[in-house]
Amino acid sequence: MTIFRTLAAGLGALALTLSAQAAGGAKHAHAPDDGWPFAGPVGQLEMDSVQRGYQVYREVCSSCHGMDLLSYRNLGEKGGPYYDPAYPNANDNPMVKAFAASDEILDPIPNDAGDHDYRPARTSDPFRTPYANKQAARAANGGALPPDLSVITKARGDGADGSGASYVFSLLSGYPDSDEISTRTGDDGLNVNYLRFNEEHLHGTLVQPAGQYYNPYFSGDTGAQWDGDPRHVPEGGFLAMAPQLIEGRVEYIDGTEASVEQMAYDVAQFLQWAGDPKQEQRKALGLPSILYLLLLAILLWFSYHRIWRNVDH
Amino acid sequence: MSGHESTYKPGNAFTKWLDSRLPIIRLASDSFIDFPTPKNLNYWYTFGGILAICLAIQIITGVILAMHYTPDVTQAFASVERIMRDVPFGWLMRNIHTVGASMFFLAVYIHMFRGLYYGSHKAPREVLWLLGCVIFFLMIATAFLGYMLPWGQMSLHGANVIVNLFGAIPLVGESIKAWLLGGPSIGNQTLQRFFSLHYLLPFMIAGVVILHIWALHVPGNGNPEGVEVKDVEKDTVPFHPYYTVKDGFAIVVFLIIFAVLVFYLPNVLGHADNYIEANPLITPSHIVPEWYMLPFYAILRAITFDIGPIQAKLLGVIAMFASIGVLFLLPWLDTSKVKSMRYRPVARQFFFAFVAAGLMLGWCGASNPDDPVFPSLKGADAIVVEFTDPDGTKGTVTFKEKREIDAYEAGDAFQEQKIAEGATGVTLGTQTAKTFTFLHLAQILTGFYFAYFLIILPLLGLRETPKDEPESIHKAVLAGKRGSAAAATE
Ligand code: HEC
Ligand code: HEM
Repeated sequence: MTIFRTLAAGLGALALTLSAQAAGGAKHAHAPDDGWPFAGPVGQLEMDSVQRGYQVYREVCSSCHGMDLLSYRNLGEKGGPYYDPAYPNANDNPMVKAFAASDEILDPIPNDAGDHDYRPARTSDPFRTPYANKQAARAANGGALPPDLSVITKARGDGADGSGASYVFSLLSGYPDSDEISTRTGDDGLNVNYLRFNEEHLHGTLVQPAGQYYNPYFSGDTGAQWDGDPRHVPEGGFLAMAPQLIEGRVEYIDGTEASVEQMAYDVAQFLQWAGDPKQEQRKALGLPSILYLLLLAILLWFSYHRIWRNVDH
Repeated sequence: MSGHESTYKPGNAFTKWLDSRLPIIRLASDSFIDFPTPKNLNYWYTFGGILAICLAIQIITGVILAMHYTPDVTQAFASVERIMRDVPFGWLMRNIHTVGASMFFLAVYIHMFRGLYYGSHKAPREVLWLLGCVIFFLMIATAFLGYMLPWGQMSLHGANVIVNLFGAIPLVGESIKAWLLGGPSIGNQTLQRFFSLHYLLPFMIAGVVILHIWALHVPGNGNPEGVEVKDVEKDTVPFHPYYTVKDGFAIVVFLIIFAVLVFYLPNVLGHADNYIEANPLITPSHIVPEWYMLPFYAILRAITFDIGPIQAKLLGVIAMFASIGVLFLLPWLDTSKVKSMRYRPVARQFFFAFVAAGLMLGWCGASNPDDPVFPSLKGADAIVVEFTDPDGTKGTVTFKEKREIDAYEAGDAFQEQKIAEGATGVTLGTQTAKTFTFLHLAQILTGFYFAYFLIILPLLGLRETPKDEPESIHKAVLAGKRGSAAAATE
């Protein structure tokens, strides 16, 4: 019987681990050194960081990436970065109103002449989108489509708490330093950028195709660009997004120093909030629910023993 | 429901009046209050009740989700996110429904292994077992249909893989495919019919569950000793309060695990790719079904060889359906007269091997079939240089030096030499070392899966010498009590 029991426990455990699929050939994303403040059952988003992350998004990412599932009002709702108990209705929140008003959007409702005007956004509007459509987005990015970032932290990683944010953090801060990339003139007279690898097994050069950037955390295949032992190709792949976060790229309103890691950390945490704005509510409801069930289980356990006390079984 | 004398006595004028017109209170009382139940049922027997709760949870949360969901390819993905963001407690409903599907399957698998271990499929409970198999089949169909609805990348491409399987059926395959999809490929019409059927099937499951419980209440419950009830007085207790409280306790423990997933790890059993909106033009690199279908997926992929005129693809489909179909034959394949594996020392060992094979098939289903099962045992891949000499002869040279770097350097030097000699089409590649892959493991396990039902169980029933069964449940319980008391004083 104990074997049966152990096996059944194993069934559950295996089911859990099985779903953690290995990503194809990319370096495993890592959380920041001190971990994520929102991780774990009682973890909470660090709202200062989420606010800074929103600044990074507005000033850097939003020129290429939309976030269609978010509206300005979400910023001021419960669990959001600009939530203020003085404004239970987020549409009255002056911060939220100011953010909305500073973006011009094309009014989806036509004017009396039947044309669509540009107007400042309202709190109820979805975030401004950088491109009119996917074709325009591709055309502006060398054929690659910058994905919508609304749920990017849920669409990457292995489903474990924070794994998607760790991916965004690792990706954005994981590009090789510019001094690791050399340039040489190819046979056709054009310049090619390449990286040298000098590790024990990983030994050779990796050529960056034009308009593509190597990143060890991006899942792809470097084999075709690799001059070296084909049994040991560098982890990662090439993506069409150039390194976006360069030291001092934004000047934080709160005076925090804008190092690459700091910006990556902040924007990843902002996207973690955006992917699941109800996460704090979810965790907050977890503890009372489980405590209630535990109490019920204890009561039932004692009732069970009382009811069965005179029955051999 | 039959099986025992009705003991219900209407207490007042109204219930008396009702009892002579629609004896529904009598039915409930006889089925769930006074029903004589063996007193030795252990916690493995609580999963039936747990499953009933699972079904109720899925139906309640599902109906609420359907109030806000939009079955349209341009809006489905966003509408699910809207539920999570803007519907009050929508995130809770959705997490419960998603995690609930996994919990439902976890429970049904334990419930079925329980049946296999204690011989619940044997006379007089064959119909009960068959109805259970029908429920299991409907559950798989429902989960498959439901997984389409969030309209993520895995929804679309997973469904595509499965529906394409039907295309392998000769003659009618293509028509079946078009009929399932409502057209030549997955589109809006597919999403709409999947939604409609996903709403319908759980109610069919509910109907079969009623039959399942009816079929349970005719012979009465089995029990871990495998001997039938002889003396209702000594062997059984009324269902209520004895089993309502025991099942209740197990259900609440089950719900605690459920709640941990819902509140803290809602996405851990899912696949991140399903949070990317479906796009028919981009195929995910690694298409995998949900965890509870992985063993069947592994069986499907294990068949990579043709047998006679039957192509591998069709054989895989047949094997996958047969792996579920064989469960329907189990009552007649298992020839042993002894029900409980407690008294079948040899069969018992095979049973544990079978459970392990099921788990490992799941592991195979999640893995890339060409990957080594034991990466550390895999030898080094060789370096291969291919070239065409100036005179047109093609050649390949393989380098297998012991030190990896030597093989590469030798190959690299050879490659340059060939280029210098004027050879064309010189490429340096690898030849993968032969090793034991997940495909091989899945093939062995698939063989064992079928052998267990088709060879081991039929033969063992005839040849194995079982241990002595107890005379009655009552005696077994007393003997067990004495055994453990003796162990305690030792
Ligand atoms: C100049 C335009 C541009 C800017 C600015 C930009 N990106 Fe990108 N981003 C892209 C493009 C193009 C892709 C698609 C790359 C590909 O698939 O090859 C991309 C892809 C991504 C991806 C997905 C990678 C994957 O796994 O598929 C993430 C995450 C991302 N960007 C985050 C950000 C963040 C955060 C910022 C702001 C700090 C940002 N991007 C700024 C153009 C941009
Ligand atoms: C929606 C799914 C299901 C529900 C709600 C359900 C419900 C129940 C309940 C309440 C019982 C009585 C308690 C118990 O013995 O555990 C039971 C017994 C049983 N079930 Fe199920 N069941 C389901 C699926 C299945 C499946 C898929 C199978 C097998 C293929 C199965 C096979 C059996 C058998 C053989 C018994 C009799 C056990 C015995 O008394 O020895 N059931 N079921």
